[in-house]
Formats: sequence, structure tokens, C-alpha cells
Amino acid sequence: MPAAKNRPNGPTLALHKAATGIDGLDEITEGGLPRGRPTLVCGASGCGKTMLAAEFLIRGATQFDEPGVFMMFEETADELSANMASLGFDLPKLQRQKKIALDYVRVERSEIEETGEYDLEGLFIRLGHAIAAIGAKRVVLDTVEALFAGVPNHAILRAELRRLFRWLKDKGVTAVVTGERGENSLTRYGLEQYVADCVILLDHRIADQVSTRRLRIVKYRGSSHGTNEYPFVIGSHGLSVMPITSLRLEHQVTKERVSTGIDGLDEMLGGLGPYRGSSVLVSGAPGTGKSTIAAKFADAACGRGERALLFAYEESQGQLIRNMRSVGVELLRWVQEGLLQIHATRPTLQGLEQHLLRMYDLVREFRPAVVVVDPISNLSLNTSEANGKAMLMRLIDFLKTQRTTAILTSQTIETAIPLADSDVGVSSLMDSWLLLSNVAYNGERTRTLQVLKSRGMAHSNRVREFVFSDKGVELVDVYLSGDRVLTGTARMAQAAQEMAASELRNQDHQLRLRGLQHRRAAVDAQIAALNAVEDERREEVELSIARERFASEGLAARTRAIAGANRKPREKARSKRSEP
Amino acid sequence: MSSMRSPASAKAGAERTRAEWQLRLYVAGNTARSAAALENLKTLCETHLAGRYSIEVVDLLLNPQLAAGDQILAVPTLVRKMPEPMRKIIGDLSSQERVLVGLDLRPVPRE
Repeated sequence: MPAAKNRPNGPTLALHKAATGIDGLDEITEGGLPRGRPTLVCGASGCGKTMLAAEFLIRGATQFDEPGVFMMFEETADELSANMASLGFDLPKLQRQKKIALDYVRVERSEIEETGEYDLEGLFIRLGHAIAAIGAKRVVLDTVEALFAGVPNHAILRAELRRLFRWLKDKGVTAVVTGERGENSLTRYGLEQYVADCVILLDHRIADQVSTRRLRIVKYRGSSHGTNEYPFVIGSHGLSVMPITSLRLEHQVTKERVSTGIDGLDEMLGGLGPYRGSSVLVSGAPGTGKSTIAAKFADAACGRGERALLFAYEESQGQLIRNMRSVGVELLRWVQEGLLQIHATRPTLQGLEQHLLRMYDLVREFRPAVVVVDPISNLSLNTSEANGKAMLMRLIDFLKTQRTTAILTSQTIETAIPLADSDVGVSSLMDSWLLLSNVAYNGERTRTLQVLKSRGMAHSNRVREFVFSDKGVELVDVYLSGDRVLTGTARMAQAAQEMAASELRNQDHQLRLRGLQHRRAAVDAQIAALNAVEDERREEVELSIARERFASEGLAARTRAIAGANRKPREKARSKRSEP
Repeated sequence: MSSMRSPASAKAGAERTRAEWQLRLYVAGNTARSAAALENLKTLCETHLAGRYSIEVVDLLLNPQLAAGDQILAVPTLVRKMPEPMRKIIGDLSSQERVLVGLDLRPVPRE
């Protein structure tokens, strides 16, 4: 797409351009409107021509230091000022600062009688005077076609218009001329014949009772431009054109992870939760707990001291706070602390573009770390599939560039494979996809959660059961029994059964351990007895040895004693006896 | 107020401010067309409004800021300031009947 190639104010362009400052328009036009030339903005009544023209002028005066003249033929200056004030533009102030000149040209056919020849020099003089007075670089003529009603001689008028546009070019002012859409032509009076440099067509279409404004550049002489139809909205800060292709996939990524606020879920998502700035889709049938997971996420963010923004399209703020309190998620305190903003609206209130613009505005203003949209499916309900996806893509891209973690919930229809087509389409945009489903078995329904995908992390492939209580939300392991996943009561029964079984086993183990212990004790006793016997025996042996020794020593002693007593008398006898 | 007092107004409207018919002719410079318009106007006034009118000629090239006041687009433009309501006639006033219709002026019956 051409719009993606160049950025506004990008590389030097052959044609000089005057930036409009309007969100997105400069991207489509690759820099703005042709400088020093008139641009025709045409469209049916109420499609935003005047707004575009006025914003072009005001932004020129305030942002680009290019004063401008607004010559109006339909509204009075006061009406225009009031209209622009509602968008936050202070025209009277700009007028006082000589940055903007307003000139209301009243054309009243009934007051005008025509006799003979004339020209529109009066208009030129007025315009020229206004341009000179403030040194204008930009001019708006809104809607110059009103002259056709006021000036009887169209031949003169056409000649004068041709002269006017030539004159504007000669003056070197960048002009925006608005024109009413005609039946078979771009404008009712064929203004496009005179303004041939750039033509922008605005359109206001109603599809399924929701109105969408669209903008298309029909022609841009000497410049490439986005050729698509681009939706645009008139928001509280003026016009915003949303070029689909202008955003490129080049946002900064981070390794930082954020907790979902549910321990079990973090564990399933690689143990740490999703990456900061990633987008998480939570899809599931009604009543599976999407909103709770989303609210829990916001709660966790606020708990970390970060800001969270919650868009609720099904419940009001009060209802949401009450309902979440019932599962132990207290959101009110965060709202009071200013960490959480809840915006509850009906999806049908506005078109999708309008909703998205509001989201953009709020995200830019509030700069939240986490954005929750609950549910996204209600939003895209209003619009055709392709359109919805494109819009969603822009939202996700936008949030990624803001490094905001997005939690989007999506309602699906309960079927065997509980996925909506829209989910599949949208899921490719998402980094993580959680699927909640109801399992009905054995007369009860339980909630399960699984991670279908989660980019860039090892995530659990298991189905976990998801339990609400007034203490909060927790994930419990399900039991696999045969080929079936057990949840709810069946899980509890199974758990009880396993518990009982393990109790028995436990007792058995203890018994066996005790037996072993006893045997060991018996062996020890035996060993002790044997030892005792042996000790006894040894003692006996030692005793007998001692006794024998004692006996022999006694004998020897007695022998010596006897020998000593008989020494003198028996000397001879002993020597006799000793020398045989 | 006016830039260029025409001889006609000086002549005809001795008490210009109180004149019954107060006419103002806007022109842009001294072109043939503005001269013709002034000439045509003077003739008409002398014929039908003798002594009851004043003419003020405003050259927008000299006083461009005056164009917005009477919502002037085309030149020449004749504006009937008095009697009210205001009427405008654009062009060189070459068709006397149409000027009379435009001024809502009943012609003086010819004798």
C-alpha cells in the first residue's frame, strides 16, 4: 500500500504538501494537501466536510503557524465557532490572535435583482482583504456552491469560479473548497472541473443501522496516495481517519511478563503469565467465566500499582463491581484509587470506528498498562466480518505500540468445538488464546480452561478445571480417568477415592515398617542373648584358667617354702639330691 | 464612511442624511462597467426620484473592509439602504425596468 511506504513529513516529495494535522489524513495523503493549490472536499450533507475544512484551517494556524481564512456561505461565524468549540477548538481566540479570519458571506437570492453585466470582484476583494489582513496561507471556502443559489447568472458564476481558483493558486494559498455531492457527479455543480488538483470524497453510510463515515481520495494530481476508502470519525478531538495500512509491525517487544492474577493460569502460561504488551484472547461460551478472568487480570494490574482500563460492553460499572465482588475480586477500591477506569457502554451506541476512537483517546489519556475489552465479539457484532477484523487489528496494533497488555474476551456459541468463526479470524492477531468451555457430564456442568496458543513461551497443554468461589478463582488439575477428563463431582469423587486408597496404602506401609522394626528388634534380642551366653562362657573359661593358674602358683610357693625351711639340715641332702 | 462622494449625491441630496432614498453603489475601481452603472443610476434617480435621493459610491479597491458589511459579492452592486427593507441590485443597471422593480420603485407617471 502506498500509505505504508512513506510517513508523513517523510522523505522529500516532489510536490510540496501542507500537512493537515488531522489524525491519519496526512498518512493517506503522504504528507498533506497540495500546497498552494485548491483541494475539493465533497460529500453529502452531514458527512463532515465543514469539520474537515475547519480542522485543516485550525490545525494549520495552531500547529504549523499558517494563518487561515474561513469563508463560509452557509453557517454564520458564530455558528461555526459554537460547532468547533464542541471539539475543543477556540475560534474566537484564534480570531483575536489574528491566526484565523472568519468571513460569513450571506447569499440571499430574494434580495438580489440582476440587471446587466457584473462580476464577483466583491468576493475576491473580500477574500483578498482577509488574506492580507492576517497573512493567510490557508483558505477554506465552505460551501462555495451556495453561490449558485444566490447568483442568478450561472455562466458568469462559472467563469468567476474558474477565475477564483486560478486566483487562489496565484496567491499561493492552500485552499480547501467544499462541495455538495451531486447525483451523478462528485459535486452538484461540477466544481471538480475547476479544482483538479486534489479531490477528497466523504461519505456517510448506514449499514445495519449504524452509521460510518468514510473518506476516499478520488484524485491527487502529482502524488501517490492511499486509494482505499478509509473510515473516519469525528471524535471529541476532531477528525480521525484510520488508515489500516499505516501501522507497521515494528513495535518494541519486551521479555517482561505480567501475572494474570490467577496462579494456576500463570503456571499454564509458561509459569509467569503473558508478556507485557501482548494480547490475550479469552474465548468461551456464555457463563464460562470470561469476564471474571478479565477482571482478575485488571485487578492484578492494579494490585501491582499499574493502571488498568476496562471496557465493558455488557455490564454497567456498578453491576460489574458487584458481580466481581461475589468471586472475591474487589474492583471498587481500585476505581477509588484512580488506578482502574471502567467504561461501560452499549456496543450499539456508536459504530465500531467511534468505539475504537474512544478507546484510542482513553488509552492515550490514561496510559494504562492493561486494557480489558469485555467482550470484543459484541463490538464487531455491528459490522461486517472483514471490517471488524481490520478494526480489531488496528486496535491490537495500537495497544502494542503503547506497550499495553490487552485482554479481549470473545463470546462463542456452545458447540462440540466451541469456536466461533470470528474467533478463528481474530485469533491470528492474538499472542495468547485461552479457551474456556463448559463440560457437562453426569448431570452437572463444570468450567474448564485450556491454553490454545501462547506465542513465545512453553505453555501447558493440559485442560484445567476452573473453579469460582467467594474466595476467588482457582485452577485445579483435572483427573484423567481412562479416556475421560474428570471434572466437578466426578473429580472430587475420584480424588476422594484416591485419597482413601492412599490412606489404606499408607496404613499397610506403616504395618510393614512396624513388622520390620519388630523383626529387627527380635534379631537384636537374639544377638544380645547369644552375646550373653558367649560372655558367660568366656567368663567361665577365664575363671577356670585363673583358678588353674592360682593352683599351680600355690603349689610352687608351697614347694619353695618347704625347701627353705629344710635348707640347713638338709643341705647335704639337697646337694646330694641335686647332683645325682 | 464613504470614500468617493459622487457629484450627483452632492448635488441632489442637500440634506443627504434625511433623504428618503438612500442608495449606495459598490464598485471595484474605475472600470467602464462601474462608470456605466453610476451613469445609469444617476439617470434613473433624476427621472424618478428627483430631490428625494442620495447616492454614495464605495470603491472596494480602496475600502475592501466595507464589502463584508453589506454582504457584497458582485460588483457593481446597488444597495437600497433606505427605505427599508434593504434591497440589492447587481449588474451595471442597464435595464431601467429591472432596476425599478429591484428598488421596488413605482415610476413617476409620464405627463
